[in-house]
Amino acid sequence: MTDMPDTTLTSDTSHDEPTAGEYDDAAGYYTLGDPIQDAKAPAGPIADRWQTRKFEARLVNPANRRKLSIIIVGTGLAGGAAAATLGEAGYNVKSFCYQDSARRAHSIAAQGGINAAKNYKEDGDSVHRLFYDTVKGGDYRSRESNVYRLAEVSVNIIDQCVAQGVPFAREYGGLLDNRSFGGVQVSRTFYARGQTGQQLLIGAYQAMERQVAAGTVEEFTRHEMLEVIVADGRARGIIARDMVTGEIETHLADVVVLASGGYGNVFYLSTNAMGSNVTAAWRAHRKGAYMANPCYTQIHPTCIPVSGEHQSKLTLMSESLRNDGRIWVPKKKEDCTKDPRDIPEEDRDYYLERIYPSFGNLVPRDIASRQAKNVCDEGRGVGPLVGDFRRGVYLDFADAIKRLGEDAVREKYDNLFDMYERITGENPYQVPMRIYPAVHYVMGGLWVDYDLQSTIPGLFVTGEANFSDHGANRLGASALMQGLADGYFVLPHTIRDYLSEGPFEKIDESHEAVVEARKSVEDRVAKLLSINGTRSVDSYHKELGHIMWEYCGMERTAEGLRKAIDMIRELRADFWTNVKVLGAADTLNQSLEKAGRVADFFELGELMCIDALNRRESCGGHFRAESQTEDGEALRHDDEFAYVAAWEFTEGDEPPVLHKEDLVYTAIEMKQRSYK
Amino acid sequence: MTDGMNLTLNIWRQTGPDDKGSIHSYQVEGISSDMSFLEMLDVLNEQLNARGEEPIAFDSDCREGICGMCSLMINGEAHGPEVTTTCQLHMRSFKDGDTITIEPWRASAFPVIKDLVVDRGALDRIIQSGGYISANTGSAPEANSVPVPRDKAMRAFNVATCIGCGACVAACPNGSASLFVGAKITHLGELPQGQPERYSRVVDMVGQHDHEGFGGCTNIGECAAACPKEIPLDVISQLNKDLRTALKQGH
Ligand SMILES: Cc1cc2nc3c(=O)[nH]c(=O)nc-3n(C[C@H](O)[C@H](O)[C@H](O)COP(=O)(O)OP(=O)(O)OC[C@H]3O[C@@H](n4cnc5c(N)ncnc54)[C@H](O)[C@@H]3O)c2cc1C
Ligand code: SF4
Ligand code: FES
Repeated sequence: MTDMPDTTLTSDTSHDEPTAGEYDDAAGYYTLGDPIQDAKAPAGPIADRWQTRKFEARLVNPANRRKLSIIIVGTGLAGGAAAATLGEAGYNVKSFCYQDSARRAHSIAAQGGINAAKNYKEDGDSVHRLFYDTVKGGDYRSRESNVYRLAEVSVNIIDQCVAQGVPFAREYGGLLDNRSFGGVQVSRTFYARGQTGQQLLIGAYQAMERQVAAGTVEEFTRHEMLEVIVADGRARGIIARDMVTGEIETHLADVVVLASGGYGNVFYLSTNAMGSNVTAAWRAHRKGAYMANPCYTQIHPTCIPVSGEHQSKLTLMSESLRNDGRIWVPKKKEDCTKDPRDIPEEDRDYYLERIYPSFGNLVPRDIASRQAKNVCDEGRGVGPLVGDFRRGVYLDFADAIKRLGEDAVREKYDNLFDMYERITGENPYQVPMRIYPAVHYVMGGLWVDYDLQSTIPGLFVTGEANFSDHGANRLGASALMQGLADGYFVLPHTIRDYLSEGPFEKIDESHEAVVEARKSVEDRVAKLLSINGTRSVDSYHKELGHIMWEYCGMERTAEGLRKAIDMIRELRADFWTNVKVLGAADTLNQSLEKAGRVADFFELGELMCIDALNRRESCGGHFRAESQTEDGEALRHDDEFAYVAAWEFTEGDEPPVLHKEDLVYTAIEMKQRSYK
Repeated sequence: MTDGMNLTLNIWRQTGPDDKGSIHSYQVEGISSDMSFLEMLDVLNEQLNARGEEPIAFDSDCREGICGMCSLMINGEAHGPEVTTTCQLHMRSFKDGDTITIEPWRASAFPVIKDLVVDRGALDRIIQSGGYISANTGSAPEANSVPVPRDKAMRAFNVATCIGCGACVAACPNGSASLFVGAKITHLGELPQGQPERYSRVVDMVGQHDHEGFGGCTNIGECAAACPKEIPLDVISQLNKDLRTALKQGH
C-alpha cells in the first residue's frame, strides 16, 4: 500500500459509466428535498478544526450547570461515558437503559479491541494515518472533519481508560501491548484479551456509578424509551415505559441524548443483543430527526455459522482471529464433506491470500464477507447444508499453533475458542473453525452535524446510533473508539454550546407536546395488546429478517429491493391486524416489548431498502450487483453518490424525502479502494 | 446425542412480586441438541403463545455469555450443570426424557419480579459505594507513564471478567455476594491506579454489601463452583486481607 497522500488535495475519481443521473432506481419511492449541510465544523486546516470548535463552543458556568438537566438514553460506551463525564461536570443527568443494569449494554460484547493513534510501536502510525485509514475503510463516504476529530481524541481515550483501571493487555515490561486489526498495516489496537468491550464498558459504568453515588446521575434501568418530546421546536424529554410496572412515565429535561446503539436486529439474526432495537432512534426520526445512510450495514466475516431454524442470534468470533487464522475452502467440491485435516495442502484454496496477496486474510470485512459468500455460492462451502448450500469456510489455526505454540494461541484467544467449542461442540485447537458472515454493525443512523446534534434542536445522537464516522464501512476496533470519543471527549464540549442558551423555559406535563407524546405511546401499547390475532411477534420478526437478509444483505439488486419493499409493506400490514401479544400493559411483558420493536423494524427495513435502491453504486458494505468491476470488485460512483443520504420522515402514504449532504474532501484524495 | 429430545420442564411461575408463585409443568418435543437452553425456552414460549397462555418471563440479552443478564437455577444449580452462563448452556448437556426444573435466583437481596426474572439492583449499589477509581474525564496522565507489571495486570484482568450475574449469590447457602465484591476489590487493588482508594473502597463496599441484606461468607465455596467466569475463591481472601488492613488503618 503506497497510496498515503502527503499533500492536501481534492479530487474525484471519474468512471466511464454510468454518467451522472442516468439512473434513478428509486424513482417513485422518494421525493427530493433541499440539500443539507453540516454548519458546525469550522473551516480551516483539518488539524485545527476541533481545537477551534472547542474554543468557540460557549461555556456554561459551574453554578448554572446544576440548573440544567440532560436525559441520556443508553448506557453503552457512548451513553455511559457521557453520563459519567457530564455528571462530573455538575449537570443533572438522567440515564436510561432497557437492561436491569447499566453494565449490560451491548458494548459489553465487543471482543477484539479499540484503536488509538498512540504509535507505541513506532510503526509509522499517526493521527493522520488513523484518519486516513478510517476514511479509506469507509470507502470515502464519511465526513472528513468528524473522522479527523475521532483520530485526534483517540489517544486521550486510552489514557482515560487506563486511569480508570481498565486492564488492557501488557507486555513483559509492563507497558501496553497492541495488535493489528483488519484492513490496516499498523499495530494500533489496544485490547483486553477477547473482552475489550467488557472492560471498557465496566470502566465507563463504574465512572457513571460513582456519579450516581455523588447524586449527579440518576439511573433508570429496565426503562424503555418509546417517544421523544419535541416542544416548541426543541427536544425536551422522553416518554418511557417502566418495564417492571408497565407505567408510562414522562421525563423532561433541557436536552436529550440518544446513545441507543445499532439496529442490526432488523435482520432478526445478527450479532446484536436480543433487545437491541431501533425504537429510540426511529421514534426520533418520526419526530423530525433525519435518518442517514440507513442501508449501510456491516456484515462481519467471522461469525459462527447458522445451525438451524431455532437459532435466536449469531455469535461473532472476533476478527482479531484473522491475524493468526488462515481462511480456506477445499479446491474441489467433493472435498467439502471430508474431515478438513485430511485435505492436503495442495487441495486447499486460501482464497483471500490468493486474491489479495498484500493484505491476505486481513482484507476489510466487506471483502472478506463477500468472498466467503462467493466461494460458498460456487458450492465449495463447508459444514451443514443450509438450503441448497453449505454456508461456512474454514478459519484454521494449525499454522499459528505450529509457529507460536498452543499456549501462546491460548493466551490470545482462549475465551473465543471456548465460546466456539461451547456453541458448536467442536474443539478449534484440533479442528479448523467454521465461520460465515453475519450482520454485525450498522454505519447508518440518525444524521448529526459536527456537534453530534440531529435535525431536531436539542436532540444529540452518539455512538452507533448516529451515522457520523464510518462512512459506508467501519474498520475493526473503531466503534469502541467512536463510542468513547463521543461520550468522553466530544459531546461534553458540543452540548455545552447548546446548553449555554438554557435553562429553557420550563414545561410541564400539561404541555400539548407532552400530552400528545404520552397519548401516542399509550395508544400504541393498547393497540398492540388488542389485536389478538394468530401470529407471534417472533414469527413476524423472523420473516422480516429473511426478507432483509435475502434482498438487502451482502448483495443488493434493484429488482430484489423493489420486491423486498412490497413484501415488507404486506407483512407490516398483516402484523397490525394479525399479531398476537398476550399479557397486560401494567406488568412486565416481554412480548409487548418485542412487538413495539418489531413494529419499528418494519418501517426502518422499508427505508433501508429505499436507500439501497437509490444508491446505485457499490461502496463499503453496500454492494449493488449492478455496480461492479469486471473482476467483481465494488465500483463506486463518486460523480453521482459522494453524498450522505439523509431521509426525512413523512406522514401517511407520502414517500420519504431525500436530503443530500455533499461530501467534500480537502485533506484526503478520493481513490478507488484496492487491497490487492 | 441425537436430535429430537422430549423433555418435561418444571418451571417457576409467579405473576408479580406479591404473588406466592408455584411450579408449573410443561412438555416440549423435538428439541435439537444444537439449541441453546434459552432457545429451548423460546420454543416453549412460542407454543404457549399459540395456545393463549402468557409466555414465561426470563432475562437474557447478549446470549453470548458476557452481559450477565441471564440467570436461571437449573435443577438446583445456578446456570445449570456446566461452567458457563445459562445462555451458553446447550441442549447437548441434556438427554431425551429428562425432567428439568427451572427457577429464578433465590436470595433475599434479589426479589423476584415475575416468573424467572429477579431484581439485582443491589449489585449496582455495591459498585456505587466504591467499586471504581476516581478519575475525572480529561484528568488522566499519559497511559504508558505508569507501567503495570504483567502478572498484576493479568490477575486484575482475570478477576475483572466478572459479569455481575449474581450466580455466586444464588449458589451460596448464605446468600453472600463476597465473590462479586472480592473480584472488584482484587481487580482495582492489583493496579497502581487503584491504590489511593484501596482501603476506603473495601470498607465502603463491604458495608453496602451487608446493608443490602447479602449474607456473610463462611467459606463454603459454592460461589466459585457456580461462577461462569471462574472467579477464584482467593479473591475473598484478598477481600478479607484488605479489610483487616483497612480497619487497622482506622478506616
Ligand atoms: C459481538 C460484537 C463485537 C464487537 N466487537 C467490536 C470490537 O472489537 N471493536 C469495536 O470497535 N467495535 C466492536 N463492536 C461494535 C461496538 O461494540 C458497538 O458498535 C458499540 O459498542 C456500540 O456502543 P453504543 O454505546 O453506541 O451502544 P450500545 O452499547 O449498544 O448501547 C445501547 C444502549 O442503549 C440502550 N437502549 C437502546 N434502546 C433503548 C430504548 N428504546 N430505551 C432505553 N434504552 C435503550 C440500551 O439499554 C443500551 O444501554 C462489536 C459489536 C458486537 C455486536
Ligand atoms: S463473581 Fe462470578 S458468579 Fe458472581 S457475579 Fe461475578 S461472574 Fe457472576
Ligand atoms: S444473556 Fe448475556 S450472559 Fe447470558
